[in-house]
Amino acid sequence: MIEMRGVYKKYPNGVIALNGIDVKINPGEFVYVVGPSGAGKSTFIKMMYREEKATKGTIVINGINVGKLKDKQVPLLRRNIGVVFQDFKLLPTLTVYENVAFALEVIEEHPKYIKRRVMETLDLVGLKHKARMFPSELSGGEQQRVAIARSIVNSPKVVIADEPTGNLDPETTWEIMKIFEEINMRGTTVVMATHNKDIVNRIKHRVIAIEGGVIVRDEERGEYGYEN
Amino acid sequence: MKIRTLRRHVKESFRSVMRNGWMTFASVSAVTVTLLLVGIFLIVMMNLNKIATDIENDVEIRVHIDVTATEEDQQKLKEEISALPGVESIQFSSKDEELQNLMESLGEDGKVFAMFEQDNPLNDVFVVKAKEPQDTIEIAKKIEKMDFAHKVRYGQGTVEKLFGFIDTARNIGLVLIAGLLFTAIFLISNTIKITIVARRREIEIMRLVGATNSFIRWPFFLEGLWLGILGSIVPIIAIAVVYNYFLDFVKPKMVGHFIQVLDFSPLIFQVSALLILLGAIIGVWGSLMSVRKFLKI
Repeated sequence: MIEMRGVYKKYPNGVIALNGIDVKINPGEFVYVVGPSGAGKSTFIKMMYREEKATKGTIVINGINVGKLKDKQVPLLRRNIGVVFQDFKLLPTLTVYENVAFALEVIEEHPKYIKRRVMETLDLVGLKHKARMFPSELSGGEQQRVAIARSIVNSPKVVIADEPTGNLDPETTWEIMKIFEEINMRGTTVVMATHNKDIVNRIKHRVIAIEGGVIVRDEERGEYGYEN
Repeated sequence: MKIRTLRRHVKESFRSVMRNGWMTFASVSAVTVTLLLVGIFLIVMMNLNKIATDIENDVEIRVHIDVTATEEDQQKLKEEISALPGVESIQFSSKDEELQNLMESLGEDGKVFAMFEQDNPLNDVFVVKAKEPQDTIEIAKKIEKMDFAHKVRYGQGTVEKLFGFIDTARNIGLVLIAGLLFTAIFLISNTIKITIVARRREIEIMRLVGATNSFIRWPFFLEGLWLGILGSIVPIIAIAVVYNYFLDFVKPKMVGHFIQVLDFSPLIFQVSALLILLGAIIGVWGSLMSVRKFLKI
């Protein structure tokens, strides 16, 4: 499903963010990516949806060799991956409904299908009743739920989340985690970079720790392993 | 692209125009100011050009025929003049007709010339017109050398000055147009710079959910189109109204004069069409420029 071999990334400013990453993530897994700030977590995540290109090494996602992808083909990769961010990245001029529907409009789905599917997904994240509101009218937790809905509305096989609870209070964090659990239970692979010790230690899943651009630990049902 | 996708883009572009309140206002204003200047300028230039052409076309060479010339000599002179390159027409005007014209042009005062009707001191005249008004002087000089061409009159001095003035006016016009376009580009690129900041996030998100570049570009393309067309409305109305007033004021004073300003139709319709087109081009160009930077992966 997700496979990296000898992935090395050097930024133009000379910083080596990843220094030989080998990892395999199977379909349906839930994986936490942990590590200190600046260890290479974000770069690792960005490699998967090709926001960054690897300097060396191969990355295969859903059978697509990301390294060999032409710029024009990148949208096709991204349609198979849902991405969730710490800062939600919602379009402020679109309503909740429109933000979620956008991911389906892009792939030119039938309007009737879009309507049904978006409402279904908003129901899943518990925001059906706020479909007509704008992001600015929602709380942080609600905005993140909209972002999650957008990431899964086109039924991707993989959902990647970069610190999805970083801006949320503890209570909201658990609500968001429940949704990710639900998504994972339905068979979607979830890869989540996080700094939240409580989450990792209470909801046990595979833990990949990155330090200095290399994987230093990879455990099934692992611990967070750092102090908050 | 599917029809429903195009419909979606159209809808999306309208929504964007409505929701981006002040940005829409800024862009439309930039286009409006530009088109207003271009429009006023076009009207002035086209009228100047018309007046210049009127004046040019009114320039003629009057060849006074020597009184000693026989009919044969006259015929020969006429053929010689007609054979000159650049001559458009040649018309004979007898000395009686000339006297009549003179008396008419002077009105009441002209009646004193009636006493010359028996013994007309004027010459028979050939009125020669050049195909290109600028050739007038050259043709006149050639005719001067011909036999039986007693005097050649084309408004020596005045015509040279006039042509000089017309050329200068046109050149100034060209310089002003260049300056105007430069200002417009500056104005619009500034507006684009402002909109770019607002657009950056939008495009980033579109790309994250897997939108292709053309999918992202379409609504912006259409939005630019609407903004450009919206921006052309005020200039068109303003120019039409003001020109109408101008005509009401100027037309009565020009009755019977050989110089005429351009009529409302088709001038204003032509200029309006041009302004809409120009607005659309500016809008689309500006809009696509503002997203271009973010479409490189």
